[in-house]
Amino acid sequence: MEVTEAVAIDHGLKKEEFSKICELLKRTPNLTELAIFSAMWNEHCSYKSSRKHLKKMHTKGKQVIQGPGENAGVIDIGDDDAIVFKIESHNHPSFIEPYQGAATGVGGIMRDVFTMGARPIANLNSIHFGSPQHKKTRNLLRGVVKGIGGYGNCIGVPTIAGQTTFDESYNGNILVNAMTLGLVNKNKIFYSKAAGLDKPVIYVGSKTGRDGIHGASMASATFDDKIEEKKPTVQVGDPFTEKLLLEACLELMADNSIIAIQDMGAAGLTSSSVEMASKGNLGIELNLSEVPCREEKMTPYEIMLSESQERMLIVLEKGKEEHAKKIFDKWNLDFAVIGKTTNSKKIELIFDNKKVAEIPIDLLAENAPIYDRPWKKTKLPQKLKFDKDEFKSLKLSDCLKKILSNSNISDKKWIWDQYDHTVMGDTIQKPGGDAGVVRVHGTDKAVAASVDSSALYCFSHPLTGGKQIVCESYRNLISVGAKPIAITNCLNFGNPEKEKNMGEFVECVEGITEASKYLDFPVVSGNVSFYNETKDKGIKPTPTIGGVGLISDYQQMLTMDFKTEGNLVYVIGKTDGHLDQSIFARELLNEKKGPPPTVNLFNEKNIGATILDLSRKNLIVSCHDVSLGGILTAVSKMCIKGKKGIKINSLKGLTNKYEYFFGEDQARYIIEIPKASLKKVKEILNKYSVHFDELGIIDGNSIKYNADINLPIEELADAHKYWLKKYMDS
Amino acid sequence: MRSSVIIFPGSNCDRDMDVALKKFGFNNQMVWHNDQSIPKSDLIVLPGGFSYGDYLRCGSIASKSKIIKSVIDFANSGGLVLGICNGFQILTETGLLNGILQQNKFLNFICSNVYVKVKDKQNKYFKDLKKDVLELHIAHNEGNYFCSDDELKSLEDNSQIAVTYCGVDGAENEKTNPNGAIKNIAGIFNRNKNVLGMMPHPERMIDKYLSGEDGSLFFKNILDNFK
Repeated sequence: MEVTEAVAIDHGLKKEEFSKICELLKRTPNLTELAIFSAMWNEHCSYKSSRKHLKKMHTKGKQVIQGPGENAGVIDIGDDDAIVFKIESHNHPSFIEPYQGAATGVGGIMRDVFTMGARPIANLNSIHFGSPQHKKTRNLLRGVVKGIGGYGNCIGVPTIAGQTTFDESYNGNILVNAMTLGLVNKNKIFYSKAAGLDKPVIYVGSKTGRDGIHGASMASATFDDKIEEKKPTVQVGDPFTEKLLLEACLELMADNSIIAIQDMGAAGLTSSSVEMASKGNLGIELNLSEVPCREEKMTPYEIMLSESQERMLIVLEKGKEEHAKKIFDKWNLDFAVIGKTTNSKKIELIFDNKKVAEIPIDLLAENAPIYDRPWKKTKLPQKLKFDKDEFKSLKLSDCLKKILSNSNISDKKWIWDQYDHTVMGDTIQKPGGDAGVVRVHGTDKAVAASVDSSALYCFSHPLTGGKQIVCESYRNLISVGAKPIAITNCLNFGNPEKEKNMGEFVECVEGITEASKYLDFPVVSGNVSFYNETKDKGIKPTPTIGGVGLISDYQQMLTMDFKTEGNLVYVIGKTDGHLDQSIFARELLNEKKGPPPTVNLFNEKNIGATILDLSRKNLIVSCHDVSLGGILTAVSKMCIKGKKGIKINSLKGLTNKYEYFFGEDQARYIIEIPKASLKKVKEILNKYSVHFDELGIIDGNSIKYNADINLPIEELADAHKYWLKKYMDS
Repeated sequence: MRSSVIIFPGSNCDRDMDVALKKFGFNNQMVWHNDQSIPKSDLIVLPGGFSYGDYLRCGSIASKSKIIKSVIDFANSGGLVLGICNGFQILTETGLLNGILQQNKFLNFICSNVYVKVKDKQNKYFKDLKKDVLELHIAHNEGNYFCSDDELKSLEDNSQIAVTYCGVDGAENEKTNPNGAIKNIAGIFNRNKNVLGMMPHPERMIDKYLSGEDGSLFFKNILDNFK
């Protein structure tokens, strides 16, 4: 086929980009070369719209061993142990084919982690669907949950936490973000930077098929009516092969045979080979006739673009080929020497003894286009003046039940029962808490992890929203007694070519950066997913934060369930009663305007430190952060989990009980204090000068508040626990 | 007591089992599926996971693997063979145990704590066990035990039903049956009661920070009965 501008546009390149390619190459590329450019220059691989802004992120700290730019980030957790982690999106494929899209999302992120020499120890996911009333939602949810479970369960890595939300802006673009944590000895980390000339380049894992061709380009475009036609661009996962690949790679990594290793993810062999060579400032020569293929007569074009799963590219020390092959033979995996490193600084492809492509590496990597896209600031919406007389017709107990059974608040047990969350025998906090917790095998340490996003806040005011999610993640880790260490982020946005969407991205990143810098909670890895848009309708900005924290003695872990009758319950942090953008305003007042709650970073840090201090001194026995739905929602969850009631005090001087109970002010926690510890707790609260309210006492089997509320916990539990199951069964 | 855990490609509870066995004092070894023979053992364990990807049928390919002949010989000579989850599926595929494990009734994978009732204590696994109801943990997609009427009668007549799903109070009914298994069956023996297959994972319940501790009782009891 002759390469023309029209062919280039078909490959997702812009007219100007095609002319730039011809100019840089000083000739017209052939079809294979064009395919390689299109794979490397698309948004998904090149970060061309986001790179300028991502550079500003806070990525450093003494806890950081490896920041963004590698397969995953790495943090130090002491005693030579390090945690490798990252979150990644698989949104577009999951909408087209929910089971395989979600499954290969999980597979891909796990490969990113074990590529670095780490054994995966926990999976998390953040999944977002359209309105529950939308006709596609139920099937998409079912497929995605089955896909995530199908892959993670088979590999034998526990899925320890997650987040699920519903919003009509995802009707045409669901979000599936998968996160993996791995454990590695910090002196045995593997990187993707090739080094040394004439070193063998090895292909291992599954054979290459025709699946997933153009996957990365598909993920860099918006959807229209013809998405069914895009099914062949979705990869097909085989978790069994990935399990073998994981064990084989870790076995080979036990000695010093590997110079560099990179998984074949988006844009398959193309991006893995280019990235390894580019990082090492080398050239690479590949003989495509040696690539193990699943199907006959595959062309160089197809081989280079295939996104078949469960494959790795390795630059090996010379002379180690036989040793490595033995290991892959043992695990029944393909092993082929397909090329070598060179000093040409080019990627050169041979097929049937003919050279079929030759491109200088820097044109694909550093010289890929970078755009400074125009963007628009979002003004802080004006604070609403609620008509408080209107509240009076609402009974507090009815409001509470309605909020607890809201699709975004209700219990998600139906989902996580389908994920193996206990395999590996170290899960000490299961899904459903503030964060999942796994022990660091064979030690006293435990690692906590949480995934969070707040699309409503980010949509209302991206800058505040960006800050808020980082704080939410911080609080979720502290609530389980973990010291927050670092984050990974998955930035899901609409079309960057639209000023509003680009502005949302820029300002969310700004917010994330400000908060993570202040809280010493750096970003060590992540990915960007743009073009989450169908027929001109984009999603609400949904940056997802995956936070990781450390509990140095796992016996000090906290959970949210109320423990003992007679213990006191305090709210830590000040409640002003911010109702704008709250679940209460949406659900009960049908009010969607107004600004999100203000974020005060000093309070977040100071109150966080207070809670950790209380926890380290064993003075509190349960803890939960106050987020969506406010104090009453948080307390109810603690009651339901602990199967215990609470008698709420009369709370003198309240301006408005609705604002107090349902306001979503930030930087607040609820703690349970044994009476014997109260004096010491108060001393610490005073030492840090934090505001606190004496909310009540654990008592009986109901929530009681003056004459307003008298609700049996069982009734609340019914409202909270079964919404999703009923919805899925209906 | 010497034990061996067989690792098939796709096994994923092999390490957990190793950890549990060693914790309670078993002298455990790991055995690769392609090994010719099994080291001298008093107990062989087939662990959970997805052996050979569970392609074809769960446990089916593993039941034809190289090592399996030694396992069958060992069982037939009276040795203790324990299959957990996928291990149970493999044991039914080899014919050492009766019946089959079908997909769960509600067609979903289930990961959850369950209670099981110990139905028979005249065997080397449960003899003198202090409790009648244990809290264990299941994680499976195909744990819905089924067998023919004749087989069921024979299992009942010979007290080969080992454990059944129940409530905390021991009640066995539809509500306490997580996967639709016939007669709430969670685990069975062979005729001689030296081979035990069960869906619940005792190895995930071995200290108070995990989902529970009743798995410890199970392992300790095997050791006590061996002495």
